[in-house]
Amino acid sequence: MTTFDLNGKTVSANSPDDAPLLWVIRDEMGLTGTKFGCGIGFCGACTVHVEGRATRSCITPIAAVAGAKVTTIEGLDPIGRHPLQTAWLELQVPQCGYCQPGQIMQAATLLKDFPNPTDQDINAVMAGSVCRCMTYVRIRKAIKLAAARIEEGSDR
Amino acid sequence: MNRRRALIGFLIATFLGLGFFMLAWRPSIAPLPPPNLSSFSAELVSKGETLSAIGHCAACHTQPGGQPFAGGYRINTPFGAIFGTNITPDPRTGIGSWSLEAFSRAMREGVARDGSHLLPAFPYYAFTKLSDDDVKALYAYLMTRQAVYNIVPANTLPFPLKIRAFQEGWKVLSFRSGRYQPDESKSTEWNRGAYLAEGLADCSGCHTPRNPLGAEEYRHAYAGAVIEGWIAPALTEANPSPVPWTQEELFTYLRTGATALHGATGATMTPVIRGALALPVVSDSDVRAIALYFGQMNHANAHTTGSQADIRKAIETSYVSSDQVENDPDAALYASACMSCHYNRDPAPLASRPELALNSSLTSNEPTNFIQVVLNGVGSGEGTPGLVMPAYRTSLTDGEVARLAAYLRRTRTKYRPWSNLVKKVSAIRRESAASR
Repeated sequence: MTTFDLNGKTVSANSPDDAPLLWVIRDEMGLTGTKFGCGIGFCGACTVHVEGRATRSCITPIAAVAGAKVTTIEGLDPIGRHPLQTAWLELQVPQCGYCQPGQIMQAATLLKDFPNPTDQDINAVMAGSVCRCMTYVRIRKAIKLAAARIEEGSDR
Repeated sequence: MNRRRALIGFLIATFLGLGFFMLAWRPSIAPLPPPNLSSFSAELVSKGETLSAIGHCAACHTQPGGQPFAGGYRINTPFGAIFGTNITPDPRTGIGSWSLEAFSRAMREGVARDGSHLLPAFPYYAFTKLSDDDVKALYAYLMTRQAVYNIVPANTLPFPLKIRAFQEGWKVLSFRSGRYQPDESKSTEWNRGAYLAEGLADCSGCHTPRNPLGAEEYRHAYAGAVIEGWIAPALTEANPSPVPWTQEELFTYLRTGATALHGATGATMTPVIRGALALPVVSDSDVRAIALYFGQMNHANAHTTGSQADIRKAIETSYVSSDQVENDPDAALYASACMSCHYNRDPAPLASRPELALNSSLTSNEPTNFIQVVLNGVGSGEGTPGLVMPAYRTSLTDGEVARLAAYLRRTRTKYRPWSNLVKKVSAIRRESAASR
């Protein structure tokens, strides 16, 4: 049994210690915003936050997050209007949408570490987040828009 | 004639044997009813709590998920498994019936209350340096803990190692009893650091290589050693960190578990820091003293590496361009698996983005620690507080981990390539699967 904090609530998982965090979140906790992509930590679709930092949940054993704070796309903002989410909507970033929760969670860590990201910062940090619809151009634009909004101090 | 010779041989052997057992014999110290709790002042107990943290007693005397100090923690030694004992004041299974005299003898001479020799997995050879006052404080702290009835599993040492009297032989060869002798030529802070590091904290227990008898090789003190499948790096000038371990860097590392210029703690160092030295009961000044001691030992201030320019150069390597990705499949592997978390930019790395080009897991002579971290990840209770790294054991093949190791060694360090990487990855994969 592993106890951790999921989107502000204390939860206990019954899955074995080496069960991937992704399957605990989706199957045991019923939060399906986080997606399964490659299953080997190479595509970024399963990205959640552990202690506020982007982490690939498909290869993180549940025991590794014992006592930690886990945030999924559902918990990124209480009403779903994180500056990245509003920028994403405004610029109509998604095509099929499957990879986007992971993209947004990864981008949130990017902005935390590098509030005014250069193209190189974006290339490096977003490199592990793959999009088959090739929305990369709009992802880059939305990240810069969100960064500008956060800098202005208007959170939404 | 032959019979006479045999008889003489037999007699000599008997005398030697008897002599040895007489030498090895220690009296039992009479059991006492548990001491009256009010006989310990709050001040003494609190001092004992601090000392117990610096000595990270709980690390070996607490089972994962178990009651504090109730024993049962398994230590894998080359000789067999040894289990940390119950040191709660329970009179039947702990040390509740031990007098201060018995406790002090155990700590500083390695003899249990009943007269049997303790195994040197318990570092009495280091604790022998402790002052009377500190032993008293530790006794007060442990005797005022919750008594827990808990019988720990039997050690799995083979014959003849399991005969306790034979420990006398080890002691004759490897143990010198005696309190810490201050070095008058050094500062008070240095001496405090030396006293804690050499005695209570027993840093050399992991960082000094051991001889075939399991005793520390004092000629190679702090030269680094392998412990529980990981490398405990050298704490001398031989330490391979690209940035020198100054007192300030050591202080931050020992106090928090990580620094931006060195990386994070792992393996058996985790309970030493996150379960001990990082605790509020330990004072900054004690941690700073230990940091000073090792900062001087490794001659950090004499190092010419680790300048701001070196750090910038290291950081430049943490980004690989799309050109590099296209032309080098190993760079592509790094970009997909590692770069989103390990990328840093000028002018300084972030502690939350461990900079691989500054990390001693890549500069060590062996890839052991690198492979351990890649395969098994880093849990929330380990490494940098607030950072979790996924475990790539289900994601990367032995060959891919080996390629990553070779690529990073080649592009991030100035050292010769590691040998037999695939074999080493598969061995560590096997060992960690067995211990899970």
